[in-house]
Amino acid sequence: MSETQPQKDLLLKTNRSVGIVGYGAYVPQYRLPAAEVARVWAGGEEGLPIKEKAVPGMDEDVITMSIEASRNALKRAGISPEELRAVWIGSESHPYAVKPSGTVVAEAIGASPSIQSGDWEFACKAGTEAMVAAMGLVGSGMARYALAVGMDTAQGRPGDALEYTAGAGGAAYILGPGEESLAVIEASYSFVSDTPDFWRRAEAKYPEHGQRFTGEPAYFHHISSAGKALMQMMGTSAGDYQYAVFHQPNTKFPQRVAGMLGFSAEQIKPGLLVPVIGNTYAGAAMIGLTATLDVAQPGDRILMVSFGSGAGSDAFSILVTDALLERREKALRTADYIARRTEIDYATYVRLRGKLAMK
Amino acid sequence: MEIPRHWRIKKQRYALVGEVCPHCDAKIFPPRDVCPECGGEAKTPFAFTGRGEIYSYTVMNDAPAGYQESTPYTVALVKLQEGPMVTAQLTDLGSQPVEIGMPVEMVTRRIRSDGDERGMLVYGYKFRPVMQA
Repeated sequence: MSETQPQKDLLLKTNRSVGIVGYGAYVPQYRLPAAEVARVWAGGEEGLPIKEKAVPGMDEDVITMSIEASRNALKRAGISPEELRAVWIGSESHPYAVKPSGTVVAEAIGASPSIQSGDWEFACKAGTEAMVAAMGLVGSGMARYALAVGMDTAQGRPGDALEYTAGAGGAAYILGPGEESLAVIEASYSFVSDTPDFWRRAEAKYPEHGQRFTGEPAYFHHISSAGKALMQMMGTSAGDYQYAVFHQPNTKFPQRVAGMLGFSAEQIKPGLLVPVIGNTYAGAAMIGLTATLDVAQPGDRILMVSFGSGAGSDAFSILVTDALLERREKALRTADYIARRTEIDYATYVRLRGKLAMK
Repeated sequence: MEIPRHWRIKKQRYALVGEVCPHCDAKIFPPRDVCPECGGEAKTPFAFTGRGEIYSYTVMNDAPAGYQESTPYTVALVKLQEGPMVTAQLTDLGSQPVEIGMPVEMVTRRIRSDGDERGMLVYGYKFRPVMQA
């Protein structure tokens, strides 16, 4: 690899303490078992990367799902939506090519008009990029609260390896002053390079990927580099963290990268949702974090590292405060959405996802 | 194309924002600026909780233009906790049978596309069975 590890202090740290004041998850209710995809495309004999994936209903998209996750985040934050100064949505399945998802979400939750709004795109790390921007906005004192959402209704070509895992879901985070936070963001660090592991051209319906090239030089290199550098510069190691959450395109990748960074299976367990909801792309690491916050205790430290193809990773060191215990009860938990489950077959999936030509 | 109409009523459609009467405290939906209870002027915005119960319902098998692709779907009269009755689609029913008196909650969903697949997307309220924590 040509990129070298940073030697000096490149931590992203804010002037004033910033943290998560509210968070909310959303997962649609339909589930397509991976065995169904294998039945149709592989004679039922392929090894399965997950158990099942979440599929959105016909009336759901990134806008509607972001609205519900953001409403959950507002309930936990206990603030008025008019106090938000930014509504940022990261996704690779924005319903419009041109027209922001953020304006509809902001209007629906009652945040507009005195806000920044914009849609973020960086494959699966669009949402965490919005979180870093929100840290800057709050940390500089330009805003008291900012909302960053990572949400996707992921695309996978019928029969492609991605179709087993391309799921739907995500999470919303309201960032605000550290002293009001249920978890303080101690620092973050991002590691980015031009790596063509996965992309979707402007007019293409489904993405292309570099098969095995998506692993070593892309996912593993960026996540391990970002995670390692963050911990090195902070003077922490895996043992200082109760939990870790990594981007999760399948079950094996996050398990392996956890091992590379010194984390145990136990540490990543609460945030490893891909076996039961699939890869939620821009939502994947962020909803892993909501599930982890749902079970964490005050004083716990959590490492989150996202990965977006193209490619880059954002790493965050997060410290849970006493405020979490009371506030997490104020909205539906991630597990409540996962438990709400209607199994569908491949034919219903094809209809729900609009894969039938109607004219 | 009905862009101005969709734009004008977005608050009530996205978030069940109606009005409250400053004279008799009646909650009003849809907003109409005149209280249907006491006849006084009522322009104070009021956000409904979105909680209610099914008063009656029917299943649509023969849908109007713009809704054909989602048949069959259920339309209900929902009696809101605060009083007013609204007509809306039910969603996320799964295999759950619909019953009169069933508690429901509002969610904001995609209603339809205005015109063909090139048209603007119309979002608005639907109701689903109350999710249990």
